[in-house]
Amino acid sequence: MFAAENGLKGDPRLEAISAAIRVVPNFPKKGIMFQDITTLLLDRKAFKHTIDIFVDRYKDMQISVVAGVEARGFLFGPSIALAIGAKFVPLRKPGKLPGKVISESYELEYGHDRLEMHVGAVEPRERVIIIDDLVATGGTLSAAMSLLESQGAEVVECACVIGLPEVKGQHKLKGKPLYVLVEPSGLDEFC
Amino acid sequence: MSGNKEEEDPRIHGIKTKIRVVPDFPKKGIMFQDITTVLLDPKAFKDTIDLFVERYRDKNISVVAGIEARGFLFGPPIALAIGAKFVPLRKPKKLPGETIFEEYELEYGNDRLEMHIGAVEAGDRALVVDDLIATGGTLCAAINLLERVGAEVVECACVIELPELQGRQRLKGKPLCMLVEYR
Repeated sequence: MFAAENGLKGDPRLEAISAAIRVVPNFPKKGIMFQDITTLLLDRKAFKHTIDIFVDRYKDMQISVVAGVEARGFLFGPSIALAIGAKFVPLRKPGKLPGKVISESYELEYGHDRLEMHVGAVEPRERVIIIDDLVATGGTLSAAMSLLESQGAEVVECACVIGLPEVKGQHKLKGKPLYVLVEPSGLDEFC
Repeated sequence: MSGNKEEEDPRIHGIKTKIRVVPDFPKKGIMFQDITTVLLDPKAFKDTIDLFVERYRDKNISVVAGIEARGFLFGPPIALAIGAKFVPLRKPKKLPGETIFEEYELEYGNDRLEMHIGAVEAGDRALVVDDLIATGGTLCAAINLLERVGAEVVECACVIELPELQGRQRLKGKPLCMLVEYR
């Protein structure tokens, strides 16, 4: 569900966030309008708004874990975790985490990739939110959910700054709520 | 913080005890400093960020540059708290826009660090953040990128230093602030 449909309709912060995101055509390949959040990180107010909106939403939901997907989930997740007093758990590409890990594979357009999490990072019945910069097909988030649920944790919600058109109208991902701040910038010029 | 043992802030001990050392990762002989266990302790993580924020908030830092990927865990919270921009310094081909790059040496071969053109401006006062300094090669590449666009690197900030690798000497004269030494 988009933030504008869920209590933040007309909130000027959402417009500021959307305006701060840069669209890079044909990256990483032709036809893709890449949503670049690095320009959001350069805009101190808009970056703060992004974190504040997520913190306001989750601070009274007894969330004990924020899980962030490498690498752009790392740009948002830790600040949210710090503000709500939760642990931060990085979900990483294979071979990066040094300790014992569990892993889950997910589909790419061509082939597969894997997401890993440290064993013991999350305990049964912990309440978790999963953060990434953008949700497209939901494949990565689904893999992340599987990792967390395999440890007995409860995924309360998945949260992303940007949601591609595929997810509009979907309020749930594998049965779990999905919360998204903005739609992609700049698509209307090309429709 | 760094080198002032008698005046060591009491929060530092708590952070140090949360760092997990993993032997023989990524290969035999390396004692890997795992900071993910610090992130699992909200107080230790908050203390880590607070220590850096207290040091930098009145130093007119306009940009925090964080080195992929573990610099992304500490850099943005510091940037937000001190009112600075955050700039990610990334492995090749991850940044979508026009970039500049700097090469640095690995044990075998080279790697590259990239930064978006236009992210940092001449006259910006920069802080470089990573979880750990070893040989200092990556931090030196980061300093070079920032100086090439006319920024002034004020300091490098790392949670952990491996002093025996003498990375401190490779920072082009820039000071290093670290919280925990591992010998």
